[in-house]
Parts: sequence; C-alpha cells; structure tokens
Amino acid sequence: MVGSCVPQLLIDLSEYVNLTSAAAPALARTQRQPPKPPPGARVVVSRSFADFTPQATFDIKKCDLHRLEEGPSQKAELTREQGLQYYRTMQTVRRMELKADQLYKQKIIRGFCHLYDGQEACAAGIEAAINPSDHLITAYRAHGYTYTRGVPVKEILAELTGRKGGVAKGKGGSMHMYAPHFYGGNGIVGAQVPLGAGIALACQYQGNNQICVTLYGDGAANQGQLFESFNMAALWKLPCIFICENNKYGMGTSVERASASTDYYKRGDFIPGMRVDGMDVLCVREATKFAADHCRSGKGPIIMELQTYRYHGHSMSDPGVSYRTREEIQEVRSKSDPISVLKERMLSNNMASAEEFKEIDIEIRKEVEDAAQFATSDPEPPLEELCNHIFYNSPPLEVRGTHPWSKLKSTS
Amino acid sequence: MTHSDPYINRSADWSKPTDLGGGSAFSPAEDRLKMAASLKCFLRSGKNAVSALRRREFHRSAPAAVQMTVRDALNQAMDEELERDERVFLMGEEVAQYDGAYKVSRGLWKKYGDKRIIDTPITEMGFAGIAVGAAMAGLRPICEFMTFNFSMQAIDQVINSAAKTYYMSAGLQPVPIVFRGPNGASAGVAAQHSQCFAAWYAHCPGLKVVSPWNSEDAKGLLKSAIRDDNPVVFLENELMYGVPFEMSEESQSKDFTVPIGKAKVERQGNHVTVVSHSRYVSHCLDAAAVLAKEGIECEVVNLRTIRPMDVESIETSVMKTNHLVTVEGGWPQFGVGAEICARIMEGPAFNYLDSPVTRVTGVDIPMPYAKILEDHSLPQIKDIIFSIKKTLNV
Repeated sequence: MVGSCVPQLLIDLSEYVNLTSAAAPALARTQRQPPKPPPGARVVVSRSFADFTPQATFDIKKCDLHRLEEGPSQKAELTREQGLQYYRTMQTVRRMELKADQLYKQKIIRGFCHLYDGQEACAAGIEAAINPSDHLITAYRAHGYTYTRGVPVKEILAELTGRKGGVAKGKGGSMHMYAPHFYGGNGIVGAQVPLGAGIALACQYQGNNQICVTLYGDGAANQGQLFESFNMAALWKLPCIFICENNKYGMGTSVERASASTDYYKRGDFIPGMRVDGMDVLCVREATKFAADHCRSGKGPIIMELQTYRYHGHSMSDPGVSYRTREEIQEVRSKSDPISVLKERMLSNNMASAEEFKEIDIEIRKEVEDAAQFATSDPEPPLEELCNHIFYNSPPLEVRGTHPWSKLKSTS
Repeated sequence: MTHSDPYINRSADWSKPTDLGGGSAFSPAEDRLKMAASLKCFLRSGKNAVSALRRREFHRSAPAAVQMTVRDALNQAMDEELERDERVFLMGEEVAQYDGAYKVSRGLWKKYGDKRIIDTPITEMGFAGIAVGAAMAGLRPICEFMTFNFSMQAIDQVINSAAKTYYMSAGLQPVPIVFRGPNGASAGVAAQHSQCFAAWYAHCPGLKVVSPWNSEDAKGLLKSAIRDDNPVVFLENELMYGVPFEMSEESQSKDFTVPIGKAKVERQGNHVTVVSHSRYVSHCLDAAAVLAKEGIECEVVNLRTIRPMDVESIETSVMKTNHLVTVEGGWPQFGVGAEICARIMEGPAFNYLDSPVTRVTGVDIPMPYAKILEDHSLPQIKDIIFSIKKTLNV
C-alpha cells in the first residue's frame, strides 16, 4: 500500500480507527500490520482492516449426488483470513509450477514433470477441510499436494532439480516426494488407490478417528485395482475418501475415448458419490468436509469427482494442444481460473483489496524465486549417498557396484 | 508307481487336525542311542521319518526336544508375533474362517478375531496394495498369497510400492511388511500353479527374500521377517508343510529368531559343497547319505536366505572342498544357481575351484501334469548324485 506521486492531502484512517472504534469486530483485525512506508514516502490511502468484510457466505454449485439423500451445503462461509490463506496457497502452487516449467525448459529439471496449474482449488480445498493428522496419497501430479501437506517450496523445487536439499534428498524426483501423513507421489497409475485404502485400514485399526484421502485421475479411474479397493473399502467400511480429479484428459486421451461411463462419481457403484466443481475452492472444501464427516461417522468410504482442468499438457513432454484446442484452454483460464474466481469473490464482497493481493503475489514471487535460487545452487547429493536407504533399521551392508571390484556401502 | 512319500500332501492331509507341537506328550528319554539314531533320520531326511518312527518305538525325548511340522512351526511363529505386537495382523484369502488354505493359520482367527486375521476377496492386487498401505501407515501386516503364482497379479505392489519406497523417499517412508505363501512346485498342480519365484523377487533391491527348509528355519525366519522393518518375501513350500522336524530347546522360546542373511551348514563334509534352499535341502542330505557310503563326504549348505545371499558361507565352504554344486527347484536361466556361479567367480573362492560349478535345477519347461512327466521336471536325488560325481570327476 505504498503510494507515490500523489497530492499532499492524506488521511491515515488506520490511526483514526484505532483511537475511536473500540467496537470493531474481532474478525476484522488481522495479525498482519500494513507495511511501513519507505522513508520520505507519503501513504496514499490507508484503508484499515476494519473496512473489510470479515466474513461472507457464498452460494456454491450444487453437487450431483449418487446414493446420497443429501449432499454438502450449498452455502459456504468464508472469513477474510481463510480467503487470503486459500489465495496464498493456490497462488504459491501456481507460481511454483510455472517456475518448474521454466526450469524444465532450461533443462535444469529433467525426466518427468507433471504440472498442476489449473487444479489448485482441489489441493487447497481438500487441505482446508481435513486435519494435518489425516492422511493423503495421490498419483504423479503431486507437487501441489506436496506443498499443501507441509513441504516448503524450496524442498520441492530442489527435489525436482535433484539436489541434496530436496525433500527426498534428490533420490525420488518429481513423483516421489513424501511428508508426514503424505504418501507421495506415486508413479504407477492407480497403484496409489489400494495403498490409500490400506492407510484407511490402519486408521480404522488404530481407532484414531483419522481418515485417508486417496486421489486418482480420470485416466486411472478405469484401473481394475480401483474396483478391488472400492470393494474392500465398502466391505470393511474403511474411512477412505476416494477422489477422482477429472481434468478431462488421461494423457492425450479424452474421457469420452477412455471410459464407457464418464460419471466417475458413480463408478463406485455401491459407494456413495458426489460430483463437485473442482475449480471452486469453496465447493471442494464443503464437499470434502461432508465426505470427511461421512467417513468419520463410520459409514464407510465415499467417492468425490472433482471436475477440474490442467493448463499444461500431461507432462512437460506434452505440449497439450494436439488433443484439445487452445480455445478450450483459454476459455477455462478466463472463465474458471480457481485463483481468479476466489479473488473476484473477495474483491466484490470487499473482503480484501487489490493491493493486498498484489502484495501477496509479490511475496510469493520472492519465495518462489528464492526457492528456485536454492534449487539451482544447492549441490547434488554426494556419491556416498548412492546406496543408502535400501533397508530401514538394518546394519550396514555391501552393495555391488557396476563391476566386481566396486564394493559400495549402504547404510540405513 | 505309488507315492509313498509323506511329503506329498493329498488334499485331505491338511484337514486332519495336528497338535500345535505340544500335543504329543514327552517323558524323559530312556535310550539315548536309539533316540539319537531316530533323530539322525529326522534331520537327514523327512522322507524316511515316518517309517523310522514306526520301526523303532516312539521314543519320548527329553523336554529339550520337540517334534513339529513346518506348518505348525509357521503357525506358532505367527501366533507368537501376533501376541507380542498389536500392530501385527494377517490378511489373505481363506486365512481366517477357513483356517488357511493349507491350514497354516489354523486357530488364529478363533484366538485373535476379525480385526487381526482378515479374510480377503480374491483380489491380489487390491489386497496386497492395502497391506502395503497399512504398513506405510504404521501397522505390520503379514500378507499371504495362497501361492506365489498369484503374487504375479500383485507384483507391482510388492516391487514398486513396497520394495522401492524406502529408497525413493531417502529414508522417510519404511514399509515393514511380510509377503508369505507357498512357492514352487507342489504335486500335480500343473504349469500355472508350480512356478518358483525365488529368482524373480531376489532380483530386486529393497526386498529381503527368505526360503526356509525345516521347522526351525520356518519358525525362526518367519519371526525375524515379521520383526524386520523392511519388506520380506517369505517363500514356503507346500510339500514341506506336513513334514515333522526336531525342534531344539532354544527354538521353543518365544524370542527365538533365525537371522535373515545367514546360511547354515546342515552337514559337514570335505569333498564337495552342495548349496540348496527350501525342499531340496532334504534331497541334498539324502544324496549325501548315499554318497557317504561310497566315501564321498558332501558339505550341505542350507541357504535359508536368498537375498541378501550369504555368499561368504558358500565361499568358506568352497575354499575347503574345492567343488561346488547348487541345487534348486526353479528354472535354470537367470536363477539362484546362476547367481551363485557368478558370485563365486567374482570372489576369492574361484581360485580354489578344481572344476566348474554345476547347477542342478528344474527342467526348463512349464510344469507338466502327468505324474511321470512331473517327476522328471524336477531334480531327483539321482540327478544330484550324478552331478556331484561328475563335478568330482568320479
């Protein structure tokens, strides 16, 4: 909120408000203070936080339901704080993915790189509805979830560039990042779904009231092992939320060409399901809350289909325009971009100012820039690490190198 | 030709109740010499065990020694580990209410209930993945494959989700799981149900692959496998389930474990080293008994663990005997014997060899059904004897 080249007449409203409005609602106050203007500058406009609407209720799209009498609420409450938090999360993921795109084109990131931009509302909305002690597992388009589950941008980018500061010390790469209660990052399409059901089994077994969110894509939705997992999850009433992120394309194959039925929320047959607008973070949040309650109350698994969209191709090797039109991509960007949708909502309801958003953007840009700087300058893992982490809690062992005279050491 | 071999479990055999090792009452030994002789029979080969028992009186041995079938030893191992650690549970087809397809888990569901002993639908890929996920989230599952042939349906979960994860995560995510079940040939079950997977699994870093022979191996190695914090593939053998073996006093303890990664010399000898695993250890001991009469003393090494392989024990033995024969039930190409040959050549023992290593393996064909064909698809004792003599050039 730094002004420049403005006339002298200024009113610093914040000071005025602090002195006289003791009745300002608690929610209006945030912990952040407006940044100190640089010396010599004059503050143009200083809107106090008491000016902003602290909380608002939004109408959200109704979910299509399968085997459910009622669905998630069609009204979502959003506080200013939450809104800014969701914005920050989504924008961080967006900028991080775009930075990864850049680094990949510079050949600093290699191998597979599946970017998540466009789908940010899914990761942000889900995380907003579950507890850190809940569990989450997804497939290979995992950078967004790695972030929302607690791994700093720095460690994600450094993992992509294969450096020792990466979350998996450079040994996993794009598809194999882990964190407490986050099980990756899985490269084999569909394999993460039985794993997720197993994690839910562990929650049930341990009686800890935790749930597991198990994500898969429209491409994986036809895998046999999913139906095996659905069967056992339903039989044993596992507290598992199966979530299909339907971004309309499994690699280069559209959903119409891959699935006899594209009603992914109904594919669980005997498992109740909901189809959710995955471009609206509030929709995702409300649906996930509903699903989490369902699981925690012992009703067994539930399926959510999030209708979403990815701007990039399947991976960095795929330009993404041979099987869909640029017009389609552009249309989604202009009409349904998750970050814009949230921002517009907040602006038009006076929940935040454009300057605030800009400020957040600047902070995030800096964070991502610093992270990229780290990711490009951190050294690669030392060769001594090559054979480590074969076994856990085991005495050191010898590993054969590329020829018989190469005897390498492996520690846990 | 009738099959008098007591190894062969007819379909009815496993339905007969077997005491869990404690049923037959023992009293102090009266004739230690006779007992020692019958013990030798047991240890040497299960084949003559039953007849040996019948010939001599059934001697009650000292409280130190107990007879136990491999099945009961596995059962006892699981029972003890289920009791010891609440996080341990068993899942697989027919493991609970059916008492186990081969009765290995008999009595466990009755004792521990639905939560710890879980019957699964016939969906290997699904339930193996569920077991791996449960291991990632803090439990210690035992995932049973009815036979390892069916593990092929789930092999992606074993290799890509279990074996590689600790490495890919640079130590963040261990996977403490045991995959167990019968491996290799049975009797008359034909090609799709007779494959040996030792070489397939032992090929992969991140897995431990264990192949017990007798009851002590079975009990001690299964307990070690369950206590191990890593994925362990535990290869049993259906034909060994019903074979009784002597169990030492030490092995009757609830804390008895056999270390993974150490081979055992079952019989000392000077002339040739014979290395084997699982059921074929019995064949090797039988062959050794026959050859002993001709003055050839075989040193029989029971691998116990396929990966990590205890090459040192083999090398030590070869440096003593100067000759090596490997014996396995699996196919020859890219198999356990092939690996042993390569490792011996790369190490100090090569210079001690007086002749090339010989591999005795299953025939390189899918398993046929007809009895005569099946018998000739697997190493017989005469094949082992022939190969040893050829290796020794006698």
